[in-house]
Amino acid sequence: MATKLDKVDVVVVGVGWAGGIISAEMAKAGKKVVALERGRSAKTEDYIGVKDELRYTNRFELMQDLSHETVTSRNNLDETALPVRTRDEMMAGTDLGGGSVHWAGATYRYWPYDFEIRSKTIERYGEDKIPEGMQLQDWGITYEEMEKYYDKWEKTAGISGEQDPLAPKRKNDWPNPPLKETPPLKLFKDAAKNLGYHPFQIAAGNMSQRYENPDGQVLNPCMYCAFCTHYGCDFGAKSDALVTVIPTALKHDNFELRTHAYVRRVLYDGDKAKGVMYVDTMTGQEYEQPADVVVLSAFTFTNNRLLMLSDIGRPYDPETRKGVIGRNFNGQYNSVHLGARGFFDNKKFNLYMGAGALGAAINDFAADNFDHSDLDFLGGGAIEIRQYGDGAITSNKVPDGTPRWGKEFKKNSIFYAHRSLQLWYTPIVMSWWHNYLDLDPTYKDDFGDPLLRVTYKLTDQDRNIAKFGIEKCHEILEEMGADIIDDDEVPKEFDHIFFGGHYTGGVVMGDDPATSAVNSYLQMWDVDNLFVVGGSAFPQFGSHHPTPTIGALAYRAAEGIEKYMENGGQLV
Amino acid sequence: MAEKNEEQLSRRRFLKNSGMVAGGVVGGSLLGGLLTSQLQTKDTTDSKQENEPLQHARMFFSRKEDFDTLAAATERIFPEDDLGPGAIELGVPYFIDKQLAGSWGTNAKAYMRDPFDQNEHVYEYQHKDTRQDKAGPNTSTQAPTPTPRYQTRMNRGELFLAGIRRIQEVSEEEYGETFVALDAEQQDKILQMFEAGEVEMNAVAPVTFFNFLLQTTLEGVYSDPVYGGNKNMMGWKMKEYPGPRMGYTEEIEEEEFIVMEPKSLRDYQGGGTSNGNQTG
Repeated sequence: MATKLDKVDVVVVGVGWAGGIISAEMAKAGKKVVALERGRSAKTEDYIGVKDELRYTNRFELMQDLSHETVTSRNNLDETALPVRTRDEMMAGTDLGGGSVHWAGATYRYWPYDFEIRSKTIERYGEDKIPEGMQLQDWGITYEEMEKYYDKWEKTAGISGEQDPLAPKRKNDWPNPPLKETPPLKLFKDAAKNLGYHPFQIAAGNMSQRYENPDGQVLNPCMYCAFCTHYGCDFGAKSDALVTVIPTALKHDNFELRTHAYVRRVLYDGDKAKGVMYVDTMTGQEYEQPADVVVLSAFTFTNNRLLMLSDIGRPYDPETRKGVIGRNFNGQYNSVHLGARGFFDNKKFNLYMGAGALGAAINDFAADNFDHSDLDFLGGGAIEIRQYGDGAITSNKVPDGTPRWGKEFKKNSIFYAHRSLQLWYTPIVMSWWHNYLDLDPTYKDDFGDPLLRVTYKLTDQDRNIAKFGIEKCHEILEEMGADIIDDDEVPKEFDHIFFGGHYTGGVVMGDDPATSAVNSYLQMWDVDNLFVVGGSAFPQFGSHHPTPTIGALAYRAAEGIEKYMENGGQLV
Repeated sequence: MAEKNEEQLSRRRFLKNSGMVAGGVVGGSLLGGLLTSQLQTKDTTDSKQENEPLQHARMFFSRKEDFDTLAAATERIFPEDDLGPGAIELGVPYFIDKQLAGSWGTNAKAYMRDPFDQNEHVYEYQHKDTRQDKAGPNTSTQAPTPTPRYQTRMNRGELFLAGIRRIQEVSEEEYGETFVALDAEQQDKILQMFEAGEVEMNAVAPVTFFNFLLQTTLEGVYSDPVYGGNKNMMGWKMKEYPGPRMGYTEEIEEEEFIVMEPKSLRDYQGGGTSNGNQTG
């Protein structure tokens, strides 16, 4: 029997970047807030001395324990989905701070085109340019409206960057100057310039100097130690929720954090959300936490699944293409971040040094910055070079044609350990009628609740844009003087590897309740006091890494929640 | 090439004749190993064993023959040569043994609920060969080996054992000898059969087993010595990899490649029982 707890103003489900921002803003506004995190508690001290490649990069220490819950996956509607069983095949962040703790820190704003992609595509190319079945839609908000939320998040996070010459002129500078320019980055930038492109230093959630954010949280300078993406920061020098918004929330007595709190249902009376039901996973005790406002700010999968398990909103039906929950699921899978790898016989780079978002990029082929009239795809992305800092297990990249093991592999893997550079393209991912989320009919979690089922396949759009990016990366590597250039292969099909954490949609935002689940404040159309915050709101995947847009939207939602608590009703 | 093969063969014969395989002592009977090591007082075998780390004992494999087969297979994947030590000398077999004895080997964090279908759909799934470093956003931080596809009820420990036993059977079927007794070329042929899915295994694809073997061998060569492989950081030295360090703020803009004497996680964490408080 569930223990009924005292009602609070706001209950927040999931405490990563999104939930951390909502928590901090609500706590600052004096609301009584309870935040529920399914994972363990965490703080910077948990990550001192983490520099262990096997534990974090190969055994996925910071990722969800799949023994309790995973997703199932299939390509086509008539297939039986198989559970994605191991963390080699599926990674999603968990524990306090969520995905923010292991993120690399690459920071881009989405483009004006991204937010109004349907309108702007039709305006420039006509409606016929949009293929049948591509559920291309505007976000219900413009870049101009998003600007102040981006600015707010970038200041909270202390992003280190410089103006991208092709991006809209920033109203305020990045809060910190860019990271250092290393020899591989310089080589890339020089080559890109020679080819007439517009390189710049990638904006980074790694501090280029000591920084105090507007909430008074202090972040330390990045040490370029190389243990960054997949790791919590040893120095409190990476902007994550643990060193920014969570301590800000915790300063307030009206904020309470509960970890090991696994939410199973949103309590719903057909009109309003009444609170949530959760289980303390250490004791097994069930609790009901009533609240005036319920905020789902978990990972995309969890936000979708909780709505489905709670019978909230109309589930998407691919046969009729009606309904909204689970609709427009999209993600950056195996057709993205492809390009080419260059091997340099006479150069050695200090690739064992680095930082998560240390890199350079060009946006000449992002969004609609280039003419698509004669191209067989829409949208674009950045071409990036990154210097993460390679571990010894990672740095076994060898030229194509080398056997995967044995004497020749050993020779080449050692010779090329510090001599190869990867370029890749980070393209947009569209949403299609046949790609969606629902509940699996067979596989269950610890409590007997159905797992989430992913139905996803690649389209010509995905394959064509990937091929385009690979060609551009090859061209730049040639100009960089690589002796061997190996092009990545364009995948035929989505291969059920859920890697990289860039999966979005399913509870998408928009201006039409027929094709979106939430309005531009991420307030549910059907349920005034329920806000669904996070990557789940993306109607399509944008031109770049998702985190800054998730952060900006969370600030927008926080503003909306305050408005709702003042006036009630639908905000749009 | 012929010369190299000859070298490998003679090294193998030496190992066989001297009773040294996989850093341990081979005896004819259950107590043979122990007896041999006591009787051979001042020879190289004995001094070599004294230099073995104390962690080099089996925690997972109960049968020595299984462990020796594993060891010989890892040595083919990462052989000793002019560049430096191979998998056996680096302690890779013990690394894998320890991995299988722990939570990874028992699939503690994997989804292991029924049903585990065994049909054509699952077969296709198991034979997808996306490399871990080509699997989407930021995956260039992963090793370039194929992701092992998991659709079997066996945990990783059981899967490895089944794979090793199958290697032994296939060796007998193909050559009438144990895998350990085969020459290098024959051993490679057997491993290639698993890699290509040309052998049958019960309830798991041989390629899944092979991909794990490949992945764990590389991990054993290059992971921190705390896990039992990368003996004396010899894997890192071979690759001019410095191990975990405080940071590189001063060095990262340098054009020249910088070689540093490697440090391990123990150094970095200030491990052992001593710490600043006790000395200061």
